[in-house]
Amino acid sequence: MMYQIAKKVQAEAFEMRVVFAEVMEELQAADGRVIYMDCDLMNSIGMADYWKKHPEKTINCGIQESNMIGVAAGLSATGLIPFTHTFGTFASRRVMDQVFVSAAYAKLNIRMIGSDPGVTAALNGGTHMPLEDIGMMRCIPEITIMEPTDSVMLADVLKQTKDIFGVFYIRLSRKKADNIYEKGSTFTIGKAVPIRNGKDVTIFATGIEVAEALKAADMLKEQGIEAAVSNIFTIKPIDETAIVEAAKKTGAIVTAENHNIVNGLGSAVAEVIAENQPCPLVRVGVKDHFGEVGTVDYLKEAFGLTAKDIVVAAKKAVNKKG
Amino acid sequence: MKKNKTELKIFAEQIRKATLQGLSKIGAGHVGGSMSMAELMAVLYGGVMHVDPSNPKWEARDKLVVSKGHCGPAVYGALALTGFFPMEELYTVNQPKTRLPSHCDMNKTPGVDMTTGSLAQGMSTALGLAWGDRYQKRENYVYLILGDGEIQEGQVWEAALFAYHQKLDHVIAFVDCNGKQLDGYTKDVCDLGAIDKKFDAFGWNTQVCNGNDISEILDAIDRAKAVKGVPHLIILETEKGLGCTFTEGILYNHHVVFTQKQYEEAIAEIDKRIEKIKVDMRSERNDQK
Repeated sequence: MMYQIAKKVQAEAFEMRVVFAEVMEELQAADGRVIYMDCDLMNSIGMADYWKKHPEKTINCGIQESNMIGVAAGLSATGLIPFTHTFGTFASRRVMDQVFVSAAYAKLNIRMIGSDPGVTAALNGGTHMPLEDIGMMRCIPEITIMEPTDSVMLADVLKQTKDIFGVFYIRLSRKKADNIYEKGSTFTIGKAVPIRNGKDVTIFATGIEVAEALKAADMLKEQGIEAAVSNIFTIKPIDETAIVEAAKKTGAIVTAENHNIVNGLGSAVAEVIAENQPCPLVRVGVKDHFGEVGTVDYLKEAFGLTAKDIVVAAKKAVNKKG
Repeated sequence: MKKNKTELKIFAEQIRKATLQGLSKIGAGHVGGSMSMAELMAVLYGGVMHVDPSNPKWEARDKLVVSKGHCGPAVYGALALTGFFPMEELYTVNQPKTRLPSHCDMNKTPGVDMTTGSLAQGMSTALGLAWGDRYQKRENYVYLILGDGEIQEGQVWEAALFAYHQKLDHVIAFVDCNGKQLDGYTKDVCDLGAIDKKFDAFGWNTQVCNGNDISEILDAIDRAKAVKGVPHLIILETEKGLGCTFTEGILYNHHVVFTQKQYEEAIAEIDKRIEKIKVDMRSERNDQK
C-alpha cells in the first residue's frame, strides 16, 4: 500500500464508470481469460463500447441475473476470469442463493460488481436502493467485499482482483466520486487506509461517506475534537488490527456507511471491538429503513448520512468514554 | 473402454447395486431418483463420455453436471465402478468427512465436475462450462441432468433462453422424467405439461425416449450430436425407484429409510438380474454359433 491523500477533496473529472470501462479494457488486453458479463445494463455502466469492440469476450445475458451468476461460475471452472455486473440490489438480493451455492460454496472464481450502492441509486428509488447488500454478502463464508472510494482506488483494486482466485462483491458508484487519493496510489485488499490522524475518536468510513467523514473531522476540529479518519474499504475480511488499534488509541469509534446499520460496516466493527477491545461505538448509516426516491443530497439528509450527522455521532461517542 | 449394449445393461445394474451399497451404512438416502438414472449413468460412463479416471481434471474431458444434485449416490456408484476411487469408499457416503456427500461437490469427489444441490443452478453452471470450453476451443460435450420436478424452477427457463441464444450445441441435457417429486406426482403438485413442446418453443433440439432403455438413450445421444447450432434436450421417460425392491412402485420414494434386510433383498434381486443378463448373453452367443 503506497498512497497519497489528495490535497483538496473535490468531485473528480470523470465518472467512476468511465474509469471502470477503462480498467476493464486494460484487463482484457492483458489477459484473454477475462470475460465481462452483464444483465442488460451495459449502457448504464458505460460498457456499451466495450461490448461492440469485444463481442466475443462479452456476455450480455439479458435480464436474468440468476443465470448470469451460474454461467459465470461455470466459466470460471473452465479457467476463465468472469466479471459480472448489475445493479447492487439485483447483484445481491436477486441472486443470493446462486452466489452462495454456484459461486462461493463451489469455491469458484467471480468478481461481481453491484452498482449504485445505497442512496446513489437516487431517482431509481426504494426498489433499486441497495442498503442491505453488504449485510447479505457478509453472511457468505470466504467472500471478499469491497467498496472502492474513488476512481484511483477503483482502478487499483479492480486490477488486483483479476489474479486473486475467489468470489468478490464490489460495490461501485457509477457517478463522479470525490477524489480522496492522488493518482498512482495503491492499496492492500483487507487493510484499512488511514487518511487522517486524531486522538479523540476514530471514524471508519466507506464509499461516499469517506468525504463526509473528512468534512466532519474538519468541523470537529473547530470544536476541539481531534478525529482520526480511516477508509475501511474492505468490509470483509474486516481489518481487525486497524479497528483494535483505533479502539486502544482513541477509545471511541464512529462508523459511517451508505448502507443499513444492520449487518453492515457498523456491525462488522462492533463485532470486532466487542470481542477484543470494547469501547463506545456510534454507527452512522441508514437506521433500518427502506430506501426511497430522491436526489443523493436529499437522501443523505433524510437518512442521516451527512458530515453533520457524523459530527453528532462523534461527539456522542467521545462523551460516552466517560 | 466402450461397453457393448449388454455390458451397459449389466453396468446399469451394477450402478444400482453400488448406489445402495453407498447408502447402506446410513440406511437412508435419495434412492428413488438415483435408481431411475442408472441406465443413463451406465451409458454416459460406459463409453459416451470421454473421461480419464486417473486424471479427473483432464482439460479436454467431457463433463457432467448433475443439477438434481441429490442424485449423488448414483453418480458415486458410476464413478467408483469407472475407477475414479476405490469401491470401498462408497461405504463412506454421508459419513463425517466423506468425499461423497449427499449432493454432488466438485471440490470433494474425484470425477464430479460441478457442485450442485440447489435445484436449477446446475443448468446455468453447465452452460457456463460449455461456453468456456467452446471459447477455449475445446471440443468436449457438457452433459446435464435435470429432474422433472426441478424444471419448475424459473432459473431453468432463463438458462433455456440463454443456451439457445448462445448456440450452445455441445450441451446435451436430460430430464429425468419420472413424473414424481418429493410431495407426490408432478401433475398434482405443479403440472409440467408437455416438456418437449416447451423446450421446442425455446428453440432446443428436443427428443423423448425410454430413459430406462440403454439402446434408446444411446440412439438419442447420437441423434443429438448430429444436429448443430442448438442445444439438445432428451426427455428420459423413467420410473422413479426402478430396480430396487423397496422403492419400485412406491409413491413416496424420493428419500427413503431402509433396513438391512430390505437392503439385502434388493441387492439379491439385482444380482439375480445381472446373472440373467449374463445367461441370456451366453445363450444368444450359442444361438449365433
